Amino acid sequence: MKSIEELKAIRDKAREKMTVRDASGEEGIRVVVGMATCGIAAGARPVLNAFVDEVAKRHLPNVTVTQTGCIGMCQYEPIVEVLVPGQEKVTYAKMTPEKAARVVVDHLVNGNAVAEYTVGSMLK
Amino acid sequence: MRELSLNVLDIAQNSLSAGASLVEIGVAEDTGQDLLVLTVRDNGRGMTPAQQAAVRDPFYTTRTTRRVGMGVPLFRMAAEMAGGGLDIASVPGEGTVLTARFVRSHIDRMPVGDMCGTVTALIRMNPQVNFLYRRRFNSREMAVDTRELRQVLGEEVPLSDPDVMEWITAYIQEQEDSLTENAGPQTDADRSR
Repeated sequence: MKSIEELKAIRDKAREKMTVRDASGEEGIRVVVGMATCGIAAGARPVLNAFVDEVAKRHLPNVTVTQTGCIGMCQYEPIVEVLVPGQEKVTYAKMTPEKAARVVVDHLVNGNAVAEYTVGSMLK
Repeated sequence: MRELSLNVLDIAQNSLSAGASLVEIGVAEDTGQDLLVLTVRDNGRGMTPAQQAAVRDPFYTTRTTRRVGMGVPLFRMAAEMAGGGLDIASVPGEGTVLTARFVRSHIDRMPVGDMCGTVTALIRMNPQVNFLYRRRFNSREMAVDTRELRQVLGEEVPLSDPDVMEWITAYIQEQEDSLTENAGPQTDADRSR
């Protein structure tokens, strides 16, 4: 059984980690998942959870995963925007948990956007 | 929407847009009365009577990006096609309660689905909001309240910390499973996950 004691232990561990993170102070990468009716119906929830899980698994403290509403391209949902400081925004369309895992590795870790998943490549 | 938990996730976004600081999500199943009731209650800005009437209309929305608002109409349709219905009660300045009722055994009743996924996504994405998730199966009940979890965590550790979220996810799943443990035969496909 999951106990409150266990949660307290997690808290204490997290406090230690946090002091390390605060010291780095650099501006982070943002991953923004569309979570309006259209996005949710198209499968945004598993995509969002895949991003969060992959980011946690790979210990990427400079990445935050957030949500937004409908951006008006419902036919391309689930849509995910990746904002790397100092670079142009990349918009991924028709995302899946599998694609999310690849974006985390290629784009967030190694800095190479996955061209074939972008909305631009689908418009062609 | 393929499962009701996705409708709940969608409807909860309305509560968040309404500036709620507390969102209560309820799932109550009663096999004796053959009833499933889903509720989303918030303390957001509420709706005027005119807005409450208009929210039935898929061509009504307050946002400006486009002219349709499908969230509530889709949820209403899911309830009505399963022999139930959807009610909205709201007081401007106090909040809104949305209640969807379903005939639990109705052939067209969609599965509840992954409520844990919905609740954890909400908690994770809305660090400034508190969530209370309550689930009842006949006489058994469970509840997870982020206000209580925050008290344990203190101010500096956020709920969105990966290890904390992992604990919350496992905790919710455990609590949900205990509701139906040894509860006799289920007619519900939800539990097969």
